[in-house]
Amino acid sequence: MAAQSATASRGGLRKALPLMAPAYLWLTVAIFLPLSAMVFFSFMTDLPLSGKPWAFTLGNYAAFFSQSLYLTLLLASLRLGLEVTLWCVVIGYPAAYVLAKVLKGRSREAIFLLVILPFWSNGLVRIFSWAMVLREGGILDTALNAVLPFKINIDLMYSYPAVIIGLVHSYVPYMVLTCYLTLQAIDDSLIEAGRSLGASRLQVLKRVIIPLSMPGLVAGAALIFVPVVGSFMEPRILGGRTGTFYGTVIEDQFVAVFNWPLGAALSFILLAVVLVILAIASPVLRRAT
Amino acid sequence: MATTRILEWLGRIYVWLLLAFLYLPIIIMALMSFNASPFYQLPFEWTTDWYASLWQNDQLISATWNSLKIAVITTIICVVLGTAASLALYRYEFRGKKLLQALLFPPIAIPWLITGTAMLIFFFGIGIGRGLFAILLGHVALALPYVIVVVSARLQTFAPELEEAARSLGANQWLVTNRVTLPWIMPGVIAGGLFAFAVSFDQFVVSYFLSTPGQTTLPVEIYAAIRKGFTPEINAVSTIIIVVSMALMLLTARFFKFGGEK
Repeated sequence: MAAQSATASRGGLRKALPLMAPAYLWLTVAIFLPLSAMVFFSFMTDLPLSGKPWAFTLGNYAAFFSQSLYLTLLLASLRLGLEVTLWCVVIGYPAAYVLAKVLKGRSREAIFLLVILPFWSNGLVRIFSWAMVLREGGILDTALNAVLPFKINIDLMYSYPAVIIGLVHSYVPYMVLTCYLTLQAIDDSLIEAGRSLGASRLQVLKRVIIPLSMPGLVAGAALIFVPVVGSFMEPRILGGRTGTFYGTVIEDQFVAVFNWPLGAALSFILLAVVLVILAIASPVLRRAT
Repeated sequence: MATTRILEWLGRIYVWLLLAFLYLPIIIMALMSFNASPFYQLPFEWTTDWYASLWQNDQLISATWNSLKIAVITTIICVVLGTAASLALYRYEFRGKKLLQALLFPPIAIPWLITGTAMLIFFFGIGIGRGLFAILLGHVALALPYVIVVVSARLQTFAPELEEAARSLGANQWLVTNRVTLPWIMPGVIAGGLFAFAVSFDQFVVSYFLSTPGQTTLPVEIYAAIRKGFTPEINAVSTIIIVVSMALMLLTARFFKFGGEK
């Protein structure tokens, strides 16, 4: 920040504008105007371009509130988001702790990279890879039946647990990353001080480590919860017929049913939910930065 | 102390278990692309037929070509516009700067489902419609904030005195930028570019809503194929994608690490 004020000058905007304008113009045309247009369309009976007559209406929102289906699905998606986030905390936090406090030097660097790497690879492909593992007669099925003396039938494919597994696999690196960053910043001497003053491991964890790493946990939770609530590809592939969620219904409005105004209203409601969640998380996040 | 040692070893084992959870499905998926059975049946029988048959699949090849073209153009546009914007945000002080910086986060934080459907509605409304151009517009907008964030992070390590020094030695603004600032932030620019390429090449959701049957990208084509049924060809193309994107990210990590050191 100090560097910025050093080069500060009057009329900064005039000089900055030519450099910034193209980037922000692009974001306006491709992100901000579309989001505004979506809000606008959500109050229409039909698309003005389709040639059919259209009018302003609250009907799309009325549909959301009058048909319990949409609300049920939104709640199902929120529950899915919550469950996936919890699993990511349970699985990711201990791993982040080991990375930050147990492993050192090159092995830490290498393992950290290995954890983060799949996160940046294609999400669709990773979900597909779980289909290979979970389907009946798939690897999990075959492996377990080869090891176990009795015959069992693992048919996780096209079920709610399959969706959870796939999503946790997709998002757990996020949790490891954010928690690792905050855990690493905790001074080891604080932990040693707590221990030498007679606190048990569990007490140090509860009173020192978890509170200090809270920003990482919240950041990870927000970064996972938000996209999971809006997910549709993962439930479609791994959930089959049980994979109907709020996101898949929005997808349907745009690619199958072609009720775009209703889809826009549903999208906008989701956006409102997302913004509320980010607003709740932001005080903790701001403290972290 | 003994307890500490045991706990540490348990921790190490745990991390390896997590790595197994992360990688085993991908490895299995890749192995199945070399298995002869079209129904993924074991015992394993080595073949590269599925890769060979990819070359016969014109639809897939044209989608791959589209994906590469869009990713390359997205990278170039994002690097140029993103670096320029980062420099402006770094150099100048003005009202509303905080707001402009905050505006970079909605594109990252809002689920792609919402952004994608909003783009579909808007592009349709203003007559751009769907297709490769619409996909390009969308990809650049999604990747641009990442590039600005990455390049700005690198700029934070830059000493503004260097620009002052060059200026006092008689260099004009263009020379200062070209010879002093750009070389310094180059690792950040390269990392940002690789990031943009990855965001575009792996992008599915937004491309899905903006594509038409003839004008589509590889992930969209794969999604359509998966929904028709699983075939080893999907494994083959998926294996190629995962290898490419992981290699790309290893490269990014290299540059980013060098970028982090002073």
